[in-house]
Amino acid sequence: MFRITQLFALTGCLLAACSQDAATPALQTTDSTPLPTSEAMLDAALMGPVVVYSSRQEYLIKPMFDRFTEETGIEIQYQTGEEGPLIARLQAEGERTFADVLYAVDAGFLWTAADRGLMAAIDSENLAANIPSHLRDPQGQWFGLSVRARTIVYAKDRVDPAELSSYEELASERWRGRLCLRTSKEVYNMSLVATMIERLGEERTQAIVEGWVVNLAAPVFSSDNLVLEAIAAGQCDVGLVNSYYLGRMLADDPEFPVALFWANQQSSGTHVNISGAGVTRYAHNPAGAKYLIEWLSTQEPQQMFSELNLEYPANPAVAPVPLVAAWGDFQQDQINVEAAGRMQATAVMLMDRADYR
Amino acid sequence: MRASLSQAIASKHSSGGWPWKTLSYLVAAVVLLPILVIFTQWATVGNGEQEIWQHLFNTKLDRLLGNTLVLLLGVGFGVTLLGVSLAWLCSVCEFPGRRFFEWGLMLPLAIPGYVMAFVFLGLLNYAGPVQSTLRSWFGNQVYFPDVQGAGAVIIVLTLVLYPYVYMLARSAFVAQGRQLMDAGRILGQSYWKAFFLLAIPVARPAIVAGLALALMETLADFGTVSVFNFDTFTTAIYDAWYGLFNLAVAAQLASLLLLFVAIVLLVEHKSRAQARYSQKNSQPMQAYHLKGGRAMLASGLCLLIFLLAFILPLMQLLLWCLEVVAEEYDQRYWGFLFNTLGLGFIAALATTAFALILAYVKRLPARIVETRWQSMIIRVSTLGYALPGSVLAVGIILSFTYLDQLMLETTESLLNWNIRPFLVGSLFALVLAYCTRFMAVAFEPLEAGFERINLSIVEAAKSLGGSPGRLLRQVYLPMLRPGLFTALIIVFVDVMKEMPATLIMRPFGWDTLAVRIYQMTAEGQWERASLPSVTLILLGLIPVFMLIRSARLTRLSV
Repeated sequence: MFRITQLFALTGCLLAACSQDAATPALQTTDSTPLPTSEAMLDAALMGPVVVYSSRQEYLIKPMFDRFTEETGIEIQYQTGEEGPLIARLQAEGERTFADVLYAVDAGFLWTAADRGLMAAIDSENLAANIPSHLRDPQGQWFGLSVRARTIVYAKDRVDPAELSSYEELASERWRGRLCLRTSKEVYNMSLVATMIERLGEERTQAIVEGWVVNLAAPVFSSDNLVLEAIAAGQCDVGLVNSYYLGRMLADDPEFPVALFWANQQSSGTHVNISGAGVTRYAHNPAGAKYLIEWLSTQEPQQMFSELNLEYPANPAVAPVPLVAAWGDFQQDQINVEAAGRMQATAVMLMDRADYR
Repeated sequence: MRASLSQAIASKHSSGGWPWKTLSYLVAAVVLLPILVIFTQWATVGNGEQEIWQHLFNTKLDRLLGNTLVLLLGVGFGVTLLGVSLAWLCSVCEFPGRRFFEWGLMLPLAIPGYVMAFVFLGLLNYAGPVQSTLRSWFGNQVYFPDVQGAGAVIIVLTLVLYPYVYMLARSAFVAQGRQLMDAGRILGQSYWKAFFLLAIPVARPAIVAGLALALMETLADFGTVSVFNFDTFTTAIYDAWYGLFNLAVAAQLASLLLLFVAIVLLVEHKSRAQARYSQKNSQPMQAYHLKGGRAMLASGLCLLIFLLAFILPLMQLLLWCLEVVAEEYDQRYWGFLFNTLGLGFIAALATTAFALILAYVKRLPARIVETRWQSMIIRVSTLGYALPGSVLAVGIILSFTYLDQLMLETTESLLNWNIRPFLVGSLFALVLAYCTRFMAVAFEPLEAGFERINLSIVEAAKSLGGSPGRLLRQVYLPMLRPGLFTALIIVFVDVMKEMPATLIMRPFGWDTLAVRIYQMTAEGQWERASLPSVTLILLGLIPVFMLIRSARLTRLSV
């Protein structure tokens, strides 16, 4: 049984192994994941600690920050919290902010922060090489570092995957009384609908969302885990979740009776969101901030994203852990994730009108 | 001759009271600032804001208001019924187990609403053990009520909030003793009639104070309702902010919430403004000894509530805890634990001291106009409790960054120093945030305590020429002890459970257990949240036990 514990243990081993090698230069470069130069690192280190405001939870980032400090000697201070208050704080602090880096778990908030003029554009060859262009801000104000795919899951014993095809199709009569969804208040659903609006227009998207609501087997849930458990228990047959929630269930119980289907492979590709980061406009240590983000896009930390939370590395040269790789390759929606932020308010209002709670 | 003497005494008091009044205005200003900042957001009404308001009216505002009203009525009824009946049983009756239940029924205070919510849902939803078992016995068609509806939310909130009413009503019943009931019975009233016409009205300030706390917390709640995805007015605040990226509309909605609470509190206060509730401290007296069926009923009710509100959730959490403790526990938990305790302790002292100043100043002699002003300012400064935590946190951040700015600009222009802001992100700011948030929690028990103090004792002390400070120390404080202790403890426990303000305002490295719970539940990792939850509940028992010890000292003999 492959448990999260073992993932942690694995990470621990990696850390131990690397620290033994600390005498030799720890910067192992491969062609596909260039690393920043050591002069840049020196610049960064001279400026003191890097301060991060993060809505990614501590247990998911701390191991990477620890590794960064170990490797570079640059200290990281971080404040985790909810995105709304973090951005409000960043904005209120203005020029005097403590934050050098803003880390968020969806593109929408990064887009808002950039839209309010809270972020600084950075020009980085490393990031341009490591992160595909649809996963970063066209102006370079933020960069995706891990990919969260939101796709269809189904009950293995009651659904033939041949019946499944796309998000749009889940609105059809076939799924009447068989669909489970998480609340529309969750930003992942806002992003999904926002990119659908971008692709299909408001009218068609609203018809689809209304179809979903009609097809619901139960009131919408407050978490992806509840959706998965409802499918497993037989309350419904299909649902939409971020893949890593299913990954966690499978890591605990390989017999978990729910399987994953990559949505929209014949059309637009599966919807992806990012967790990502950018340098704040009034950063005190912009060199350190830039260096940290560049470092996070390289081989080892990218692997840790996958190990710690079963997400996909944003850097295509890095492979996900075996449990995730077992779901196979899939085509990502190539629409730039900034659309998720730009269309989010429109999406929220649309879901209200469709009575998707 | 007599008249001039009493005039002399009166003038002596009013002149002696001014430092207290100044102090109270200062306290009120500090606490009021973040609340006022929320109201200033009405200055921003552009096209975007208008569009959102229009959208709210067109789509869901009526549903949200309806839900909120149902929730308020349901929780209000639930906590009053449970709180008052249990308090009555445990303070003036005698039945098997009473000595245990008297304090045991306070324990649910230590359980945060959001924790109760995810335990409840985990146990009772379709995929949970209860429904799964029922299905395996009776087949798939077995009926089960909606576990995400209004009823479920009301039950959960009632179970976590009734202790407010219970504690305050209990101390009132203990103080009023049995004489009042006996007088009624001697005059020929039935037991129930005497209870409703005498015992309840005299305890009304305390009951209403507890009810006000429970309902303000219900209005401010986001954590509990969001577990059930049950939409309330507060949900709309977060939708506007997180979904539509419009903090101005969120603050405008929040200010309406505050206005509503302020009006309700004022009306309630007006309706009993004429009445005086002071009374003699009761002498030791005889309790009602319940026998046979009645005794069993009383024990049974107390046991049921104790099981549902405390033992059951604790057991479930412990079970989850056993599964995860090995991977979840690390050295840092001790840090979380001490941070939680430390913050609770500091904030409880500060908030109670502030509340004491506010409540005491109301007792000082003053001209009528001044009194009206004072009581209004004092009322408004307790409103922070009805604000959703994150919204209040933003109010605090905005006002503190403004103060920081002022101070830094001054120092920079005077001394040419370039320094970092020191208010935001400091321990001081966080404690002030708690004061703003929990002022009502400390104020209500103190206010209720003051109202029960017999004015003739105070008059006597005044006529002997005591200064306001001495009056407070030597006359009020000893009589206020139960109320004071209740205030300290409830703030302590509430601060330990507080999440949104702690999350955004905590200084670097000051993670608490509540923060840890958030980090897990935000990722849907409820099982992993069980370790910090259990620790938080067990820690919350310490102050509750302290309260119980102090309550013992003031209890009537049986």
